[in-house]
Amino acid sequence: MITLADMLTLSGILFALAVAGIFLNRKNVILLLMCVELLLLAANFNFIAFSRMLGDLTGQVFVFFVLTVAAAESAIGLAILVVLFRERRSINVEDLNTLKG
Amino acid sequence: MLVEILFYIFATLLVAGALGVITARNPVYSVLFLVFCFVNSAAIWLLVEAEFLAIVLVLVYVGAVMVLFLFVVMMLDINLAEIRQGFTRFAWLGWITALAVIAEITGVIWRNGLGGVDVGRGFVSEPANYSNTLELGRVLYTHYAYPFELAAVLLVVAIVAAIALTLRRRPGLKVQDISRQVAVRAEDRLRVVKVSAEKRS
Repeated sequence: MITLADMLTLSGILFALAVAGIFLNRKNVILLLMCVELLLLAANFNFIAFSRMLGDLTGQVFVFFVLTVAAAESAIGLAILVVLFRERRSINVEDLNTLKG
Repeated sequence: MLVEILFYIFATLLVAGALGVITARNPVYSVLFLVFCFVNSAAIWLLVEAEFLAIVLVLVYVGAVMVLFLFVVMMLDINLAEIRQGFTRFAWLGWITALAVIAEITGVIWRNGLGGVDVGRGFVSEPANYSNTLELGRVLYTHYAYPFELAAVLLVVAIVAAIALTLRRRPGLKVQDISRQVAVRAEDRLRVVKVSAEKRS
């Protein structure tokens, strides 16, 4: 039988790997977006595990909304990326210094 | 027992896929590894009986979002050598952070048991005639009707924003302007001139 601890550990490992990915690929905007998707997936694992354990469907409804927001986020993120590439011919994060941040 | 073995197989594949995502040399491989991750996650969600969300994950993520990612990755002509430069500079920091997060989370779950929650309890399977989709729909269309519609509005805003961002107006391009063509009136273009008739010779 799958236990709550199994699911939570799996989601923790997934989350940690995604954080490591953000450190590793800090120059590539596409990979940063993909690591954010992995982070959201790990969060969804937690929601589903607790929803199933508590017998409350609210967690699964929340996962549904997280998926919606993540889809909207990646669509707009990729659109910004395309515009950025058209302007700069590069997707390197270090080239994005127009705001002098 | 079978469910447990399947869970561990899919979990191992999922972690391996996630490792592939963050270490692959080519962004195209990263996207394909991420697709692999999502498929394995859907399988695990099926095992814990969240069937609707598993199917939604495959349809929406693998079918739409990851194809969009793949499309963008392949469309952009990325200079990989420049991107890969300095890949290992902060790698140690990333791995240390990852190991620390894993150690802390597993410590909290396995040693402290989340402060009183029975983490060792397995998921009780639902009766055979239970429909996850039906129950989810029942909650979604009654109690969460307004958030659901708000999510729809959010998706429309995302569509409009994505199109508005990537829409490009190139100056000097010869295109038809339909509204101006339709709005043309005859008196703007055509002048009727009275010419006195010539005498027949």
